[in-house]
Amino acid sequence: MSDPRNELPAAEELERLVALALDDARGRGATAAEAAFSSDLGLSANVRKGDIDTLEHHRGRDLGVTVYMGGCKGSASAGALSEAAVRDAVRAACDIARYTSDDPANGLAPAERMVQDPPDLDLDHPWQLSADEAVELARECEAAAVEADARIENTEGAGVGVHRGLYAYGNTHGLFAVLPESHHSIHCVAVAGHGEAMQRDYHYTVARDPAALEAARAVGRQAAEHAVARLGAASLGTERVPVLFQAPVAKGLIGHLVSAVSGSALYREASFLAGSAGRQIFPDWVQMVERPHIPRALGSAAFDAEGVATADAALVEGGVLQRYVLDSYSARRLGLATTANAGGVHNLEVAHGSDDLDGLIRRMGRGLIVTELMGQGVNLVTGDYSRGAAGFWVEDGAIVRPVQEVTIAGHLGDIFAGIQAVGSDVDRRGGIRTGSILTAEMTVAGQ
Amino acid sequence: MSRDEAATVTTDPIRDAEAQLLAPAALDEAGLDQVFSRLLRPGVDFADLYFQAARREVWVLEDGIVREGSYSVDRGVGARAVAGERTGFAYCDEIELPALLGAASAASAVARSGASRGLEAFRGKPGHALYGGDDPLASLDADSKVALLRRAEAAARDVDPRIERVVASLAGVHDTVLVADSEGGWAADVRPLVRLNVSVLAAASERRESGSSGGGGRYTYERLVAPGQVEAYAREAARQALVNLEAEEAPAGNLPVVLGPGWPGVLLHEAVGHGLEGDFNRKGTSAFSGRIGERVASPLCTVVDDGAMAERRGSLSIDDEGHPTQRNTLIEAGVLTGYMQDRQNAGLMGAARTGNARRESYAHPPMPRMTNTYMLAGPHEPEEIVASVDRGLYAVHFGGGQVDTTSGKFVFSASEAYWIENGRIQHPVKGATLTGNGPDVLTRVDMVGNDLELDTGVGVCGKEGQSVPVGVGQPTLKVDGITVGGTQA
Repeated sequence: MSDPRNELPAAEELERLVALALDDARGRGATAAEAAFSSDLGLSANVRKGDIDTLEHHRGRDLGVTVYMGGCKGSASAGALSEAAVRDAVRAACDIARYTSDDPANGLAPAERMVQDPPDLDLDHPWQLSADEAVELARECEAAAVEADARIENTEGAGVGVHRGLYAYGNTHGLFAVLPESHHSIHCVAVAGHGEAMQRDYHYTVARDPAALEAARAVGRQAAEHAVARLGAASLGTERVPVLFQAPVAKGLIGHLVSAVSGSALYREASFLAGSAGRQIFPDWVQMVERPHIPRALGSAAFDAEGVATADAALVEGGVLQRYVLDSYSARRLGLATTANAGGVHNLEVAHGSDDLDGLIRRMGRGLIVTELMGQGVNLVTGDYSRGAAGFWVEDGAIVRPVQEVTIAGHLGDIFAGIQAVGSDVDRRGGIRTGSILTAEMTVAGQ
Repeated sequence: MSRDEAATVTTDPIRDAEAQLLAPAALDEAGLDQVFSRLLRPGVDFADLYFQAARREVWVLEDGIVREGSYSVDRGVGARAVAGERTGFAYCDEIELPALLGAASAASAVARSGASRGLEAFRGKPGHALYGGDDPLASLDADSKVALLRRAEAAARDVDPRIERVVASLAGVHDTVLVADSEGGWAADVRPLVRLNVSVLAAASERRESGSSGGGGRYTYERLVAPGQVEAYAREAARQALVNLEAEEAPAGNLPVVLGPGWPGVLLHEAVGHGLEGDFNRKGTSAFSGRIGERVASPLCTVVDDGAMAERRGSLSIDDEGHPTQRNTLIEAGVLTGYMQDRQNAGLMGAARTGNARRESYAHPPMPRMTNTYMLAGPHEPEEIVASVDRGLYAVHFGGGQVDTTSGKFVFSASEAYWIENGRIQHPVKGATLTGNGPDVLTRVDMVGNDLELDTGVGVCGKEGQSVPVGVGQPTLKVDGITVGGTQA
């Protein structure tokens, strides 16, 4: 008999529990209800200095229910999947709905927007990897980092993560959809140098299909290269220079755009981009499109967190913001229709030019490449941006030396409008896919 | 700020926890012996089980609408086996013997060979009683919770007609834990935690600015109902937003900075706190590794981490390995005196446990974490500190921060700051990120105020994907030079 710890529940079992939640909610007087249940299994093996550091087994189960009594809403969740847990959660949600306000914007997403026959996006690729094999792979990854350069004197370890999950969503429109998915990863954190000159950096690969992961040894070597490249980093003087956001941090910049055009910020008037749909906020060559149905992509989803069918949709065309990023509540508050973005964006792709990272560095000529950003100094209400940064100083189109302990500051509106180029070095590890982004001048402050 | 009187505890946490966590599954000592015999495979030095049942709720009032109410329950057990530097960990979300046995087998697979250790007989470990065990969620009825939020909103709107939007939220947690370990440790804690937060948007002509404030601790909602309490948080949020409506561009470059008392102690949390956690130092990856006994701050600086303060957000009667919390001096008169430890890292470093083992929940393994981290008061009047600055920044409120413990580089972001010229506070300036080097920044502290304050109880600390509530504090202090990330070069 197989170990029940290694099994996900059957889709039929989730369907039965979702139906129970919805029936129970109706029985308690709910006019509408929705339920999202999930079950996850995972293993993470971390190795440090050639030996096991941690070996963790994950087995999470969660249920969430939301009920509507007319315009009054209540939510409850539990870290369990059982009939008793479902009934308790429904009762708690109904109790809460007696005290929340009657808000006409509350409710399920429109019935006609529900996903019908969701396409199979090929998101579930179990990795049959035993704990011993995971440890061995992590060991290879770390060894490659240590062997890559004599200056790698220590590591914070290398790890392999294996994850499978089953997500089910249903609501009283009659929708029930279930989504099996997997994602696996390999990472390494290398430490170069020692004492006060010590520097740490990392690399990781993540994919739904283990066959799409970078090789463990390549991950280790990359981590080593990144850490060694930081040795000797120093601060800069204070001046205004162009800034090149390397792809992994450029994703964050696009993430700020998504947050600033998201319904929850807009209906609260808590965004500097309120009212900007239809306005030019980027140079006229900038294009961004959401592509939710890319097979095996990390950000793919056939339906959003409210069961609304997703579809390809432009966000920015010709530099003009085409729409907002809305769920059904914020859409009603704004007098608009949901954009199938409950839960976020799905594979938002930023169109890029022909220059790779080296091309962008040559094009920048003199300025700062940012490879790491620190802190939360982004104010979406005003657009003011001020964050800690590390990276490389560029002169005459080439990297001169590593940089740390500086800040970069400006206004997000100016940063967006001043984008000079998007690189072809696209980072596809997540729901936002962009290459490196070269911006106009920002204030770089140092010692 | 002085220590509060310890709360009166009316119930025995061990009995409470046993009744809540073990009794429903009829788990007795014989069952636990079975689980530990699976955990204590040859080579395992130490094993523990962390039983937890937590109930949480959140209420949100948004511009007069009771927008959200949510409730969650979570129960489970984390099983851990430690073999030298190796940790095996697994958890289950049912508290029942078969699931526990499965988790124990999975966790102990980390050990391969070595000596076998027996399980010692369980004996109750006393903690201190730093807070009461009453359930915050049951301390007020739903109408009264909503009424509390309405009071906060009204108080914020009363401040000024430019306050356009108000969001008030109330969150409560009732958390019961029981920790059993292979050395016979048997400890429990019943942990209340509440927090009220107010965020506002102020608008004038074309400008909009936000402000937020709040507070709480390990007590029930009754404390928040006290006259004037939520009103004070609401007025503070409104005040910050209104100040920021007048803010000019922030300066850029290396400047003297005066930090206000209380929450700006987030400086200590980032600049030195994380770097003094035992795991980074055991692994030699902290900028503070191997530096005990060395000068890392000016003689004016004494920094402590104290998990044993009554009713504070970062406090715990026992840590998440069942060890009593205590006050640990991290830096004494500028000299590094100690790290924060959990059992594994203390053992490997030949150090004593310090009561700093913490975990987000049963589904996460423990590691060394901060509790309430603050700097003791110094000799200077706050006014003379400001008066000593020719041209610099006076920063009184901050968002969060972040640190790279290996390079020591840290940031923290001001959300309310003023320009100082000729020793006088001038106009407000926009929020800006400050960055520095952890092992260096406290050596540049040349004045420390006599006005120690702790924050109001809103801090959350993240490490390796785990969030835990923490506290910070400090007196007014001056750093003679730190990089300020404004736009005005």
